[in-house]
Amino acid sequence: MQLFRAVILRLLTTAVTLSGVAVIVFVVIRVVPGNPIAMMLPPGATDEDVARLTALYGLDKSIFRQFLIWAGGVLQGDFGTSITTRQPVLGLVLGRLPATLELSVMALVIATVIGGFAAVTGTRLRGTRSEAAIDVANGMALSVPDFLWGLVLILLFGVLWPVFHISGRVTPSIDLPFTTNFYLIESLVRLRPDLWWDIVSHMLLPALALAIPLAAIIGQVLKQSLKETMHLDYVTLSRTKGYSETHVITREALPNAVLPALTLVGVQFTFLIGGTVIIERLFSYEGLGNMAIDAVINRDLPLIQGIVILFAVIFTGVNLIVDLACAALNPRLRHG
Amino acid sequence: MADGRGQVRRRLGLRLWLSAGWLTLLLLAAVLAPWISPKDPLAQDLFLARLPPFWMDGTEPGYWLGTDSLGRDVLSRILHGARVAMTVALVAGTLTCVIGATLGLLAGFLRGWVDMVISRLTDIWMAFPPVLFSILLIAVIGPGLGAIILAIVVIDWTRFARVVRAEAMAQGAMDYVASAQVAGRGRTGTMLVEVLPNVLPLIVVLLTLEMGIAVIVEAILSFVNLSISTDDPTWGGMIAEGRTSVHQAWWVLVFPLITLFLTVLSFSQLGEGLKDRFDPVLR
Repeated sequence: MQLFRAVILRLLTTAVTLSGVAVIVFVVIRVVPGNPIAMMLPPGATDEDVARLTALYGLDKSIFRQFLIWAGGVLQGDFGTSITTRQPVLGLVLGRLPATLELSVMALVIATVIGGFAAVTGTRLRGTRSEAAIDVANGMALSVPDFLWGLVLILLFGVLWPVFHISGRVTPSIDLPFTTNFYLIESLVRLRPDLWWDIVSHMLLPALALAIPLAAIIGQVLKQSLKETMHLDYVTLSRTKGYSETHVITREALPNAVLPALTLVGVQFTFLIGGTVIIERLFSYEGLGNMAIDAVINRDLPLIQGIVILFAVIFTGVNLIVDLACAALNPRLRHG
Repeated sequence: MADGRGQVRRRLGLRLWLSAGWLTLLLLAAVLAPWISPKDPLAQDLFLARLPPFWMDGTEPGYWLGTDSLGRDVLSRILHGARVAMTVALVAGTLTCVIGATLGLLAGFLRGWVDMVISRLTDIWMAFPPVLFSILLIAVIGPGLGAIILAIVVIDWTRFARVVRAEAMAQGAMDYVASAQVAGRGRTGTMLVEVLPNVLPLIVVLLTLEMGIAVIVEAILSFVNLSISTDDPTWGGMIAEGRTSVHQAWWVLVFPLITLFLTVLSFSQLGEGLKDRFDPVLR
């Protein structure tokens, strides 16, 4: 019952946060200088043409009225029409969402594998020079942001030793037989390893750039958590039973050490998703972030609004899921 | 045990000095750029386009790190770019720190409705993708150094507010705060004289980290071509240009990238080093 009330409260604050985001975005982009309508029309357009189109997009009404109309539409799933492409914003945004989701999830998986491996290895080798080396590498990975790692990776694996692609999502000349925009998943489902490898070799570097700082955080937190768990009696007991040190760490200590790291990974995952904006730009990857930057440059107000709201929904959604997962996994909260 | 601790301290010391050394060098470069640059950073010469750095074949004397596709000297542009980077780091970092830390201190110490308003605002702010938000703000305010600084302050104050709030809350629950109030200090007095000095080390660490972040944000904004006017040399602008011609002239990308990398690393190592210095257990 208590959990139920906590969930309701949490949903309410999420709603407040999202409404706040909607209001701020709406107001901020209405003060953007530069008339998007004038940019749409050919140079010879008359003032009447401009006025007619302005009225069509509802830009002649007061900001408050515009907000009410837009918010009413949003609640019915209508995010308006993009000014540059003249297509519904929702369709455009949802078309790009799979690319960004695949990239973020791939980065999360890479980060978890590298971070988990670093934490376990560091714990296994504690007290040696190798542990110190892992710590130093961890510290460096942590203090340099994804944008710079992306550039470093472009130089290393795109230019110096060109084994991976550094721009785009697939090789443009390939004819894709896909019906959805989840290219990576669909290439697997359709059993097309050739396409799968082309897509992965495009995604690997941007995903790695996003993953490196997160891997460092996971490595650090998990190692700290493992260190505390390793002192517990049950771990000592399993060691006296004669299990190998690696078995003790991975089978006995790790399951209990994961929970504290989970909350943090959730919060950090939202930062990773935020990072896709610039990483997609850097690697010319056709996802939401790249589309967002183009929308800002083209002053495409409805599209910017739609993308920012979608990002905010993803951010708050991830946080919500992490909170609920932690409550569900933590026996003290579950039975509270 | 004492030996191990000494070793830790020596390692921290080296890290701290290396970072501080690099940043001092950079600050000097920024101040002295017009006098120490070998060439005019804006001078274009298509006959000298894409000259490689000095150890390779086909160079011209005086162009130590080569030239970009318009024949501009890479070294001189890096030195001049340091001016923008350092200005943004110092000014934007400090302003963000003052505003964020003030809000965090107020929320954490006063609690009640002040805390509620500030915390809700922080939540809303954290729901924005920061890079997209900064690009949007620059589109609204228009390009320029002032706009970049403003955008960084508007976006990053939450970093300080959240952490300082939590720390002020923890300090506020301690006995010394209660005794100060019993001894007759007012709430504002307690906050400024008792709590603030105890939160200050944390604020200094955050400030150092924020300076590194500010340099990166400026580079990202120049990278998407929204920073200062395209004429002024910035590291991000150089990187953007280097990215497009990376197959023909890698040095246009590599040298500003190394500079940016070392700068960001130095700021964060300085912050980490200071954090350990302030840690009473290690001290």
